[in-house]
Amino acid sequence: MEVLDYTKELSIIEGKPALREIDEIISKPLNTKPEKKFYLALLFTLSLVGIGAISLGLSIYYGTGLWGNNNPVGWGLPIVNFVFWVGIGHAGTLISAILFLLRQRWRNGIARFAEGMTIFAVMTAGIFPLIHVGRPWLAGYLFPYPNQHSIWVNFTSPLLWDVFAVSTYFTVSFIFWYVGLIPDFATLRDRATGKIKKLIYSITSLGWRHSNRHWQHYEMVYLILAGFATPLVLSVHTIVSFDFAVSIMPGWHTTIFPPYFVAGAVFSGFAMVQNVLIFIRKIFNYEHIITLDTLEKMNKIILFTGMLVGYAYSMEFFMAWYSGVQAEQFAFINRAFGPYAWAYWIMVSCNVLFPQLFWFKKIRRTIPAMFVIAVLVNVGMWFERFVITVTSLSRDYLPSSWAYYKPTLIDGGILLGSFGFFFTFILLFTKTLPVVSIAEVKAVIDGSQPSHGEH
Amino acid sequence: MKDKILYGYTGIFNTPDAIISAANEASAKGYRKFDVNTPYPVHGMNKAMKLPPSKLGYAALVFGLSGTLSALLLMYWISAIDYPIVIGGKPFFALPAFVPIMFEVTVLAASIATVLTLIIVYFKFPNISHPLHDTDYMKQVSSDKYGICIQADDKLFSETEVIDFLKSVRAEQITPIYFDNEEVNNKTTVFDKKFIGLLVAIAIVVSIVTYSLLNKAMYTIPFNWMMEQAKVSPQQKSTFYSDGFGMRNPVDGTVVRGQMPYQFKGNPEMAGQMLVNPLAMNIENLNLGKKKFDIYCSPCHGYFGNGDSRLRGQFPNPPSLHSEKVRTWKDGNIYHVISEGQNIMPSYASQLTREERWAVVLYVRALQRAQNAKESDLQ
Repeated sequence: MEVLDYTKELSIIEGKPALREIDEIISKPLNTKPEKKFYLALLFTLSLVGIGAISLGLSIYYGTGLWGNNNPVGWGLPIVNFVFWVGIGHAGTLISAILFLLRQRWRNGIARFAEGMTIFAVMTAGIFPLIHVGRPWLAGYLFPYPNQHSIWVNFTSPLLWDVFAVSTYFTVSFIFWYVGLIPDFATLRDRATGKIKKLIYSITSLGWRHSNRHWQHYEMVYLILAGFATPLVLSVHTIVSFDFAVSIMPGWHTTIFPPYFVAGAVFSGFAMVQNVLIFIRKIFNYEHIITLDTLEKMNKIILFTGMLVGYAYSMEFFMAWYSGVQAEQFAFINRAFGPYAWAYWIMVSCNVLFPQLFWFKKIRRTIPAMFVIAVLVNVGMWFERFVITVTSLSRDYLPSSWAYYKPTLIDGGILLGSFGFFFTFILLFTKTLPVVSIAEVKAVIDGSQPSHGEH
Repeated sequence: MKDKILYGYTGIFNTPDAIISAANEASAKGYRKFDVNTPYPVHGMNKAMKLPPSKLGYAALVFGLSGTLSALLLMYWISAIDYPIVIGGKPFFALPAFVPIMFEVTVLAASIATVLTLIIVYFKFPNISHPLHDTDYMKQVSSDKYGICIQADDKLFSETEVIDFLKSVRAEQITPIYFDNEEVNNKTTVFDKKFIGLLVAIAIVVSIVTYSLLNKAMYTIPFNWMMEQAKVSPQQKSTFYSDGFGMRNPVDGTVVRGQMPYQFKGNPEMAGQMLVNPLAMNIENLNLGKKKFDIYCSPCHGYFGNGDSRLRGQFPNPPSLHSEKVRTWKDGNIYHVISEGQNIMPSYASQLTREERWAVVLYVRALQRAQNAKESDLQ
């Protein structure tokens, strides 16, 4: 084994490429015509969108009776999918804001892409509460504005907190993303040859001149935004967990929910980022920018958050027993051995057992293995939301109202559609915007900072 | 070239170390209006250029706190003042429950406002007609070179000295940058006819779309299915009943909840003899009587019972309530007329409860006394 010199920082970008090369390789997908494979992929995701659109259209025309939601289980797949997609988004903010504050320079290569993913995931998530209200065209009433009924929203409801949290999250993520894009737009503007391209980049770059008098404030704003986005991302999934925890449903009414949900969100989000980056770095030849080391670091975070989630599962059981509350104890025994035991054990094996393989360095650095494990993590995390939402509701306090929840084909169509929606945006993103931050990557190439500048 | 206005002189460097030392020299020499352009932020440059720390943090603080405060005040006003509702036994002003939204609004307000401050106040953006744009210099420093630009409006600026200075720090490609005459002389085009026309066209299209969405589309299938259900609404026609009315009369002998059958039907003399006003003559009962009289009786009888209808002859005027006949009536007789109706006056039994009818009687008595006051009332 090679001996590492821990007194020196490891290089983040392999091979010390010239700065102009970085420009070329990152702007290449924007300047070349897409390949046939791209159109095939787009066709596939768009057909998923079509399936989703048909299912949604039917749901809107005939009403939510087409879904599996029944009387005790009023929150079926729409809420499961909502929590799943919001969770996916969390990795992006974690990478761009929290790792920025922690000075993890390896994040620079993947931050832009992860932020984009956050935005698309939150957009996808936003569909679900909207359709779950039944008449989505009246969703404007969710916001407190003086309306003709002269009534207001209920500020003590976690569902309303959700409206504020998710819309704030989307807006702030978008601003963060755009601020990051401004210098790259300027670089692209100065490289552009076509007139229309130049016009578009001139407008989107707002006239950025790479001036240090600007960089100074720009870096300050980036720091401030990271400082805001960090508590924001924690608050968003905390508030999502409040949707459950503030109620008195057995299995939901626990104080562990906020940290447990946030850990789960980061867990599934990292798995999704890792999955998609594996393709991006291969297709666009970014292997020296998004290095194997970076992927390994992400796998370590997946392992860590996976263990947090596993700890939460066991702590829930412990608290149910320790509290001595009969309904709580029943809720958890029912989860593991009741009618939804199959979902529970899918969740436990995918979220707790398989990620343990990342203890082996070999697996952490083997691309097919890490890809499969991350896919399983996302399957497991989807089932976690399913287990939490459905088992508690289908076995509530009143045995006479117990019922088994089964999603319908329409539910499945909407879920497929949400994947199509998300990946369509990802595909378009890779061809229209720089998926790796040009300025941020240049700043961490070896020799790009003055030799005496480091303090 | 002479007629162009000079913006400044630029020089190019190849390494970050060189640009740092050039910036150090420039600020040591006393230049204040100079700038460094680098493709990414170079560490230590702020110190080399002697830039004071950015004050944007204060903007974030001020905007963030105003977000917190306005969220709190809005929620307080809505939940505790404008429309207080008890929800789950919580107090109207439930501070802990307001915290999540206060936090979210803080972050939202601070982020948007700080970035807008940055772009508009600090960067003076959008500005896509700066003299540096589109120069070879810009194209290099936005990719892989490091440049310095000393502006012509600096106090110490003189062309020869600046060129010497740039040579002394070993800058390459020393070039002058001029303002673009076209851009300098460009007049604002905001009031251009085409632009105004575009704005007007957008406004018209947006209004038409909004109008048809809100006032037409919302009333078509399936958006109106909540409003138009397969049930009979009040005042609607019905093909099911032979008389064509959707609304049905109650079955004969139906007693409305809380209603007492009136025992002097068609017998005003008995009503006058037997009925006694159970209400005391006090200000509360009189106020109730006045309220109901003004609503139900005054349209025909007038506010003071003079029979001066406000209906302008669309309905025959009733006689005055101050006639000898009505004044000598017993309370029971007036009550009977309200309950049963008389001539073309219909019954008001369904509009006024028994108590309200007696209150109206009290008020009519008060009106009569006011119009025909006795000598003794004057004291």
